[in-house]
Amino acid sequence: MQFTTISSPHSDRPNSVSRTMLLVILALLPGAAAMIWYFGWGILINMLLASATAIVCEAISMRLRKRPILPVVGDFSAILTALLFAVAVPPLLPWWLTVIGIAFAILLVKQMYGGLGYNPFNPAMAAYVLLLVSYPVEMTSWLPPAMLNETPLTLLQSAMVIFTGTLPGGLSWDALTMATPLDSMFTQLDQSKMVSEIMMNPLWGDFGGRGWEWVGNWYLLGGLFLIYKRVISWHIPVSMLASLLVLAMLFHFLDQEAYPFGMFHIFTGGTILGAFFIATDPVSACTTKKGQLVYGASIGLMVFVIRTWGGYPDAVAFAVLLLNMAAPTIDYYTQPRTFGHGGTS
Amino acid sequence: MSPINQQKQKHPLHRFNGGLHLPENKSISLTLPLMQAAIPKQLTVPLQQHIGEIAEPLVKVGDAVLKGQMLAKPQGYVSAPVHAPTSGTVVALDVLPIPHPSGLPAPCVVIETDGKDTWGDKMEPIGDYMQTDLSLLRERIRNAGIVGLGGAAFPSSVKLTPGLDNPIQTLIINGAECEPYITCDDLLMQTQAEKILSGISIIRRLVGAEKCLIGVEDNKPEAISALKQTVAEHELSWISVITIPTLYPSGGEKQLIKVLTGKEVPSGSIPAKIGMICHNVTTAFAVAEAVMDGKPLISRYITITGNGVAQPRNIEALIGTPASELIAQAGGYTDQVYKLIMGGPMMGFTLASDEIPITKASNCLLAADKTESPDPELALACIRCGQCAAHCPANLLPQQMYWYARAKDLEKVQEYNLFDCIECGCCSHVCPSHIPLVQYFRFAKTESWAQEKEHRAAERARQRHEAQVARKERKEAERKARIRQKKEALKKPIPKKPADDKSPVEAGDDPKKAAIAAALKRAAEKKAALAASGVTPKNQDDLTDAQKRAIKKVDDRRTIPETDTTTSEEQGG
Repeated sequence: MQFTTISSPHSDRPNSVSRTMLLVILALLPGAAAMIWYFGWGILINMLLASATAIVCEAISMRLRKRPILPVVGDFSAILTALLFAVAVPPLLPWWLTVIGIAFAILLVKQMYGGLGYNPFNPAMAAYVLLLVSYPVEMTSWLPPAMLNETPLTLLQSAMVIFTGTLPGGLSWDALTMATPLDSMFTQLDQSKMVSEIMMNPLWGDFGGRGWEWVGNWYLLGGLFLIYKRVISWHIPVSMLASLLVLAMLFHFLDQEAYPFGMFHIFTGGTILGAFFIATDPVSACTTKKGQLVYGASIGLMVFVIRTWGGYPDAVAFAVLLLNMAAPTIDYYTQPRTFGHGGTS
Repeated sequence: MSPINQQKQKHPLHRFNGGLHLPENKSISLTLPLMQAAIPKQLTVPLQQHIGEIAEPLVKVGDAVLKGQMLAKPQGYVSAPVHAPTSGTVVALDVLPIPHPSGLPAPCVVIETDGKDTWGDKMEPIGDYMQTDLSLLRERIRNAGIVGLGGAAFPSSVKLTPGLDNPIQTLIINGAECEPYITCDDLLMQTQAEKILSGISIIRRLVGAEKCLIGVEDNKPEAISALKQTVAEHELSWISVITIPTLYPSGGEKQLIKVLTGKEVPSGSIPAKIGMICHNVTTAFAVAEAVMDGKPLISRYITITGNGVAQPRNIEALIGTPASELIAQAGGYTDQVYKLIMGGPMMGFTLASDEIPITKASNCLLAADKTESPDPELALACIRCGQCAAHCPANLLPQQMYWYARAKDLEKVQEYNLFDCIECGCCSHVCPSHIPLVQYFRFAKTESWAQEKEHRAAERARQRHEAQVARKERKEAERKARIRQKKEALKKPIPKKPADDKSPVEAGDDPKKAAIAAALKRAAEKKAALAASGVTPKNQDDLTDAQKRAIKKVDDRRTIPETDTTTSEEQGG
């Protein structure tokens, strides 16, 4: 009897790229749902629009590269990129900015470098930064969280704003939008206000902005799920959050009124999302365990530096992109000790 | 579980990086008892079933052979003999398919069995093996053709001759059997604990170890209690039977040593370097059989298992039995059979056909169906998730090695310690992109070896070339020096020669030439003397013209001045 011959191992392999990506998407959902809850339908519209654009862009580039489309679209990595982008941008971002961002992320940042696995930068964050630098106003026009929002938009109204730019009757753009807690904190600090004074505003909850901190909690839950499922390891999120927290606490300790307290940094902006979902993007992050600790801690440091002394309110995207560049070098110098090479024996 | 297993284990255990908890699938081959395989019509005994030199056949086609008769003797130190597993007639000595990952055929002795199973001259059992001379024991183990039965098939007699530089303190006996599906070692430990321990005693004497650690994975409680009970009965206080956690690949030699002792065998080295030696339980059993019963290694326990076979079980089979025969004795194939694997699912290799004999190192025939061993899915790009590194028992960075192996950057892939890869398959198993990582590493290793060989050849050629250039330059310099000398000599006024100087050599100051001149003179004188006495050299009397011409040619060449001769070696340059 004749049989097929294949190189070992011959086991049934339990893991796959699409499974990995789907687990990340699944873990992202509680946080995304919380965002829709607090910031309205715009988030959902952005998620759908971004995903559709990502699939189209992925298909186009596969066509151009003369490669099969289905396995690549089927790995769900482009959809994950789109979802991460959608939860990072303001809920009422004009549709064409979402399309530009995703097209940039997929076509240039990802596929131009060879597709999944070859991109040195995190596509979602590169797109976020591109738009933030090019369209600062649109990119910082956030909605207030549900409990502070007196004029919540319906699904249709949100779609109207996003696709046509028409605001519902009687509403002005300024009345509708609001700076993020992070943004307002540092803007006011720049105006020499004190932290305690700024925190008097009803915008603030226990740790960060109202609403925002709950979104952070849900992302944290998703992140812990990913660690439990071993999709990501604890190294990057823990080192990133720890370094950010330690730095923030240190400076807060030195001057309580000039530097917000430690947990503020953790529960505002994109810190939790960044720590568990963005900095852990395996393709652009470090792969060695020691390297991941260095990488995460450096992101935490950069986030603190940029937030405190930099010109942009949120810093996760910049910090991640900067450390993406350093990842190969960090990996090179943090190789583990191979079995039988020096050490214990 | 027997009470002996419930005693708390005091021995501290250690961990290696990564590893896998795989579905064990061991119980399926343990439901039926061990079966003695029927003698097949034909046995195909490969001459090379071990690492080292191939054995040299002692029989020819048509010879009648008896059970246990040596069919081929070892050639060289690292080699092992093979024996006739049963009585019969040698019908062929040919290059035939053997179980090897390469799929290449190799020389085999084919025996048409007579069914009588008549023993030939059996080796004398050595009863007092605890007193016998050590060299006698080693000779017996060598003559019995015993090789490492854990899979590597390294001749045991070599391993049991420890060097003086590395005294052995600890004997490690590997009963881990970490690959899924395989249960033959388990069954052997359950049923033959007594003999295994005798074998261990012999091995311990040979290597001079103080203590012995037997490592068995905790999924074999019956084997553990059998061993523990026998150890207790015989009061072998120097043996510790140690239960280790089931974690693939804890049965890898280096991994097992790490788990049991916390020590790491240095890269590129052997356990003896850290005072240890590792043998498989089956090897210990074979050693006991050879020494105590005088039985050479002609049969072994083998697991026939998988969803592709009707009655999975363990069989004691003769070496050389075709796989098809064993499958038939295990109830034949089921409809789902898809792949035939020799060895376990993680490190075994697929067989293209079942018309292949089993060898000394064959521990399992896995007839797998499509769900157990599906076709590899399309390999996608590496997403650098690091799962491979997290599971690598050698603590390597497979994703980096893959990158360089793919780029054929062999230097770089070796820098990432390619040669510490044990090819256990953990990385390939967990890879979400289904990249056949192990295959890439095998490729890189083979390429590196080939490159190394090429390098060595090139280096030799370079050295030869440089030596030749240097020699040519030296000759040229010498020649020029001589010409210069000659020119200078010519420039000088020629000194008046004494009239009686008959020497044909001008440069009389050269002692060599003077000597030649003197010799020529002596020869001429002798010839003249002979001529004068009327005798001519007889052996030149009746020569053919061709011979005379040849002699003349030789004579001419001899008279050519030395400076013009060049050796054939130089011309060949």
